[in-house]
Amino acid sequence: MIRLAGIAKTFPGVRALGGVELSLFPGSVTALVGENGAGKSTLVKILTGIYQPDEGHIELDGRPVRFATTMDAARAGVTAIHQETVLFDELSVAENIFLGHQPRTRFGFIDWKRMNAEARALLERIGARLEPDMRLRDLGIANRHLVAIARALSIDARVVIMDEPTAALSHKEIGELYELVERLKAEGKAILFISHKFDEIFRIADRYTVFRDGEMVGAGLLAETTQSELVRLMVGRDVGQVFPKVPAAIGEPVLTVAGYCHPTEFEDIGFELRRGEILGFYGLIGAGRSEVMQALFGVTRPSRGAVRIDGQVAVIRTPAEAVARGIVYVPEDRGRQGAIIGMPIVSNVTLPSLYRTSRHGFIRMAEEFALARDYTARLDLRAAALDQDVGTLSGGNQQKVVIAKWLATRPKVIILDEPTKGIDIGSKAAVHAFMSELAGQGLSVIMVSSEIPEIMGMADRVVVMREGRMAGTFARDGLTPEILVRAAAGIGEEA
Amino acid sequence: MSSQEMQARFIKDRLQGRGERLLRSWEALLLAVAVIIFAINVWSSPYFLDPWNLSDATFNFTEKGLIAFALALVIISGEIDLSVAAILALSSTLMGLAMSHGAGTPELVAIGLLTGLACGAVNGFLVSGLGLPSIVVTIGTMSLFRGIAFIILGDKAFTGYPSDFAWFGQGYVFWVISFELVLFVLTAVVFAVLLHATSFGRTVYAIGNNPMAARFSGVRVERVKFILFLLTGLMSGLAAVCLTSRLGSTRPSIATGWELEAVTMVVLGGINILGGSGRIGGVVLAALIMGMVTFGFGLLNVPGIVMSIFVGLLLILVIAVPKLVTRIRQVRRKG
Repeated sequence: MIRLAGIAKTFPGVRALGGVELSLFPGSVTALVGENGAGKSTLVKILTGIYQPDEGHIELDGRPVRFATTMDAARAGVTAIHQETVLFDELSVAENIFLGHQPRTRFGFIDWKRMNAEARALLERIGARLEPDMRLRDLGIANRHLVAIARALSIDARVVIMDEPTAALSHKEIGELYELVERLKAEGKAILFISHKFDEIFRIADRYTVFRDGEMVGAGLLAETTQSELVRLMVGRDVGQVFPKVPAAIGEPVLTVAGYCHPTEFEDIGFELRRGEILGFYGLIGAGRSEVMQALFGVTRPSRGAVRIDGQVAVIRTPAEAVARGIVYVPEDRGRQGAIIGMPIVSNVTLPSLYRTSRHGFIRMAEEFALARDYTARLDLRAAALDQDVGTLSGGNQQKVVIAKWLATRPKVIILDEPTKGIDIGSKAAVHAFMSELAGQGLSVIMVSSEIPEIMGMADRVVVMREGRMAGTFARDGLTPEILVRAAAGIGEEA
Repeated sequence: MSSQEMQARFIKDRLQGRGERLLRSWEALLLAVAVIIFAINVWSSPYFLDPWNLSDATFNFTEKGLIAFALALVIISGEIDLSVAAILALSSTLMGLAMSHGAGTPELVAIGLLTGLACGAVNGFLVSGLGLPSIVVTIGTMSLFRGIAFIILGDKAFTGYPSDFAWFGQGYVFWVISFELVLFVLTAVVFAVLLHATSFGRTVYAIGNNPMAARFSGVRVERVKFILFLLTGLMSGLAAVCLTSRLGSTRPSIATGWELEAVTMVVLGGINILGGSGRIGGVVLAALIMGMVTFGFGLLNVPGIVMSIFVGLLLILVIAVPKLVTRIRQVRRKG
């Protein structure tokens, strides 16, 4: 249906794509895999008219087409659901779906009746239980995704690009998304599915295309390949163990939390974190894990409960106090809460530890760069220069900058909230290896994760939360995925 | 991961060298504009190069510049303070009131500065304490502060400041170098150091780029913003001391419209009105440019309204040109 031939795109100093060949077929799901920075996002932007290719051309039904603007692409029936689809908080669900192409009355005004009716029909078609007049700001991430998908369908798309659609979804929601993909497939849409999760690729995709460093390094039918073959193509080397947890000596309790409550988000949370330990927090989206962590970090105020650090009662009211006590937090929402886009890498890394690189409040540039260099090198950051805007880095490298920022403060406890969400395998492995190394050096780690392999691979103990409460604490030995899923979903043994 | 592997990729410190960064900077463009305007002035008026004339010209920007430096920090942090001129008016009025009750020069200066600080504290409390949007807060306090000045003064004026008080606005440190010019330069240096060389300045940029991520990085966002409003109030008070001393009188309409001139100076100086970027050097150059334009037009007897039209056009032009250039380049590359 749609074919890319010899596509190349160069940015100042970087060749983002070269000689890319890609074909999408009606009623078929093609998985696009590759590490972050391999050129997947650039390709999506070319397909949707945001970027123009420097070389090569796009063919639609055998005829060459040019997408000079995003509207051109939309008119041709190509639509994308991005990693961070732009939606509008203050508008209703229906307005978000039809923004830019609202049905009109004879007089040119928006036909609200028709718009709401069509929105309802679209939402029903994708099995979303949403009302057209709901405000977007009141919806969670999963429902926002559904709105984005409804929006994609509202322009009668023939080619649907899904860029990591399941990254923020819980188990149940992912299941629903798979059903939706099947439905789109049955309707004859050509689907490009970008994902880092191999199990889902093999579950829903028919074909695959692998990118590495801006080049296509392999393509074919998924039925004729294996996971390890894909990984080998992606990284160009054998990654071996993805979760290299080395046993660390576990010492005395560092952080003790008891009877921790929040008026709305969580209740009666209690756990103990020891020196050198990696404590996993598993649960469904909305189980209250991030909320507990943000309260510990001083972002929100708990209503009751005691926190002790090294046995001393600690009252933490602001993130600044948390940092001073040695608790740091790597947030899930990297773009808004983690990296400060618009500032250089070096300033991002040293922001909380400026007191260490300054005398009487005056920053010493050489020391500042040295500190940033030290910690970014430990995390194997890939960047051209330390004064580069952190916003120009890939997601995985931004995450490394955020982690480097916290390690530079020499914390006692580091809380990582979905640390590898949406980042590529190479960066993932670097983050995991580093976590393990840190624990070995006596740092205590809390890792909130929704990925069972990550939890099972990395955590010494796992706390499972459900609906704001503790659903259980499990030791590493004898832990199975079934135990975690049952605890998180509240399914008893008999079920 | 072995240590050899970690050392494998070297990331250099900076993308561009110092020279290249300077050449491509906003300040370089402003400097060029300043030189051109200076040349036009020299060419169009034979009196312009006279040292005493040039010295007089500096008064067109010194007091506004004092405010603009502090305002620049507020704007970089993503906030704004439109009450600066009203703070100046209230400071001047309270100084006049104190003078009429027999206060001497040291008391007058103290009252001017403290009034500025107090007004800044009100703004700071409303913005960072209560979390109100600064544009609304300072439009409100703009009316409030000037309104108080009007209530105290009515349509009268305070005159008859002590003779030694006149030194702040009329005194010369050396030959044609006025006290105000020295104060302007010193303040520029202090603010440049504060913004560019201290950890406090760094947090100002962080807040302006992303207040939430700054908070999540342990920055005391509200405290920093409060300090910035205090500083702006203080500098407005300082400007009030200079202006009152120079004019020798206080009317409630003193410094009307200065808040917009100060904002213009800041934006022309390359400070992003949305926060997050810009440098003090640019504000210094913008102050020079605006002062020279005003003075040059004055020498040519151009009416004041034409000057404000020119400054407005200059602002739009200087901001639009770089955008247009990049756009033309893009079109050429595509075509």
